[in-house]
Amino acid sequence: MYKYDQYDQAIVDARVDEFRDQVQRRLAGEITEDQFKPLRLMNGLYLQLHAYMLRVAIPYGTLDGRQMRMLGHIARKYDRGYGHFTTRQNLQYNWIKLNETPDILADLATVEMHAIQTSGNCIRNISSDQFAGAAADEVADPRPWAELIRQWSTFHPEFSYLPRKFKFAVIASDEDRAAMRLHDIGIQLIERDGVLGAKVFVGGGMGRTPMIGPEIKDFVTADDLMSYLEACLRVYNRYGRRDNMYKARIKILVHEIGADEYRRQVEEEFAQVKLLGIDPPAAELARITAMFADPAYDTATADAVDRANANFGVWLDQNVKEHKQPGYAIVNISLKPVGGIPGDASADQIDVMADLATQYSFDELRVTHAQNIVLPHVRKADLYAVWQKLVDAELASANLDLISDIIACPGLDYCSLANARSIPVAQKIATRFASPERQRDLGELKLKISGCINACGHHHAGHIGILGVDKKGVENYQLLLGGSGAEDVSLGKITGPGFSEDGVVDAIERVTDKYVAVREEGERFLDTYRRVGMEAFKEAIYG
Amino acid sequence: MGDPLRFRDDAAHAEPAVTLDAFVANQSNATAVRLEPGDDARALIPALDRLGLVEIAFPSFRDGRGYSAARILREAGYAGELRAAGDVLVDQMPFMRRCGFDSFAPDAPVDAETLKRSLDRYDYHYQSAADAAVPVWKLRHG
Repeated sequence: MYKYDQYDQAIVDARVDEFRDQVQRRLAGEITEDQFKPLRLMNGLYLQLHAYMLRVAIPYGTLDGRQMRMLGHIARKYDRGYGHFTTRQNLQYNWIKLNETPDILADLATVEMHAIQTSGNCIRNISSDQFAGAAADEVADPRPWAELIRQWSTFHPEFSYLPRKFKFAVIASDEDRAAMRLHDIGIQLIERDGVLGAKVFVGGGMGRTPMIGPEIKDFVTADDLMSYLEACLRVYNRYGRRDNMYKARIKILVHEIGADEYRRQVEEEFAQVKLLGIDPPAAELARITAMFADPAYDTATADAVDRANANFGVWLDQNVKEHKQPGYAIVNISLKPVGGIPGDASADQIDVMADLATQYSFDELRVTHAQNIVLPHVRKADLYAVWQKLVDAELASANLDLISDIIACPGLDYCSLANARSIPVAQKIATRFASPERQRDLGELKLKISGCINACGHHHAGHIGILGVDKKGVENYQLLLGGSGAEDVSLGKITGPGFSEDGVVDAIERVTDKYVAVREEGERFLDTYRRVGMEAFKEAIYG
Repeated sequence: MGDPLRFRDDAAHAEPAVTLDAFVANQSNATAVRLEPGDDARALIPALDRLGLVEIAFPSFRDGRGYSAARILREAGYAGELRAAGDVLVDQMPFMRRCGFDSFAPDAPVDAETLKRSLDRYDYHYQSAADAAVPVWKLRHG
């Protein structure tokens, strides 16, 4: 894991001081709310329907036990005892008081954490593969590259007032677990002639105009990466649209001028920027990479697991994934109990997960974009003990990637942008499909719900997506089929007229019934949908 | 005590700034130019050694195009006064200084104490820009 040195710590400490100063000036009336808004947003502080919401950055979703315990402490001390893990691999608190935020940031800074650039029209938290460093299929750990980008983008003086927010994802395998091509810039690390480099995709995104990012550069080495990204951002900062906030993301620029013209402009800018000497030396990437070295694995540990307990076996099959190291496994902790709020964890549960990481996973945890938690390096011999503790903490839902493993935005229950509630819909769907046997029979089925067109719940990328809209003052839910945020990336299509809250649950059941009726051996729902097409499902839904 | 919003030792430029259009069309002998957010700063590059002042307009503090314009001018070797004018807020001035601005003409008055605190706050910066700050990676590796 990355550890701060005195420079990192000094920057985060200065940030606490700066925000304390800004809050005091706001409370004293020296700056208007309009002027304060971009300042607080650049620090992850939103004014929501009922209270302030604070979003804490978890760079590339990686944190240690001490940091996780601090998140639990803040939930208890400053919130109502809960934290909400987000699709950006961050954590949000929904009941925050403005005058306490500087103290929260000071607490976070004691464990090398912050809320820098978790919102606002700037470069946001860099996301990555939640299995980084543990997956067998990666060419390298993507996180050192993500950390390089984190540092370059932190308080970037030129790119802090961009036309709109800007999101990066970095992965290092062909299997895409981070929805890489649905980011403003998606990077896939690849190897060419023995050299590690980045394939760069620009202009993907969800929101009201979803787009899959086209490849803009086939290979950039670490030596040129910062110059190249600086060029990408400068072209966007200068020419991205500022006349209409809904057309201000880089995807619109790339779409309007075309990928070839955008690439040409970036190359032209790169030729200038490269001369400035802004790229860190190889020694910096080496310094960071050393901190992500493999932990000291026990090479004598057994590879077999005792499956005598049937419930344990079910959880093992569903939530535990292959690790690159023999004798180890990747444990996924589902934050999607039937009837719960997707991504929520109580302070006590946060503590339990922190302790499990310390005791069983080399003190490391990951947050996933699907709003779950990962213990990345668990000895197979310890899996049963881990599972028992998860059962005690009500964290052992064996539903990873099943229909009840729902991504949902906070929706109208919290969010001031939302048109419709998301959480109750997620709860009703999970309850309708509560039977574990039925869920397992339906197999991998990624269901994603957004409470408005901004698509924080990734509905475009759901095998089944739901979009909540406001139809003449009544909440109405549109259904989408066929999206994917994985390596087979695609955007879902709307089935037809929308539904009431209960109606959309019924419609989903008609979709899954149709799938069960027509699926062929080994087909996931998404495969069947792609084979038979929308019409068959439309007929099943609307009759 | 000098002007707290000016970070240069030379005398303030006296000549009024002309627009980029006017400069390009018929006033190429002017020594001060004002750039609007949509203007291409690179159009000034052939004339930089003749200019004593470039004023970059910020009609709204949200419009960040002027930060890139400033850096482009400094990267091209411009050494004259670079002024941020308009809806420029005290909390933006540290970023602007890093992009090469060395004077400010904000619409609303700025508290000198707040500005000083703001400019002195960060001892370290991760990235190199148009100012003299040494990036953290260079401090780490020499």
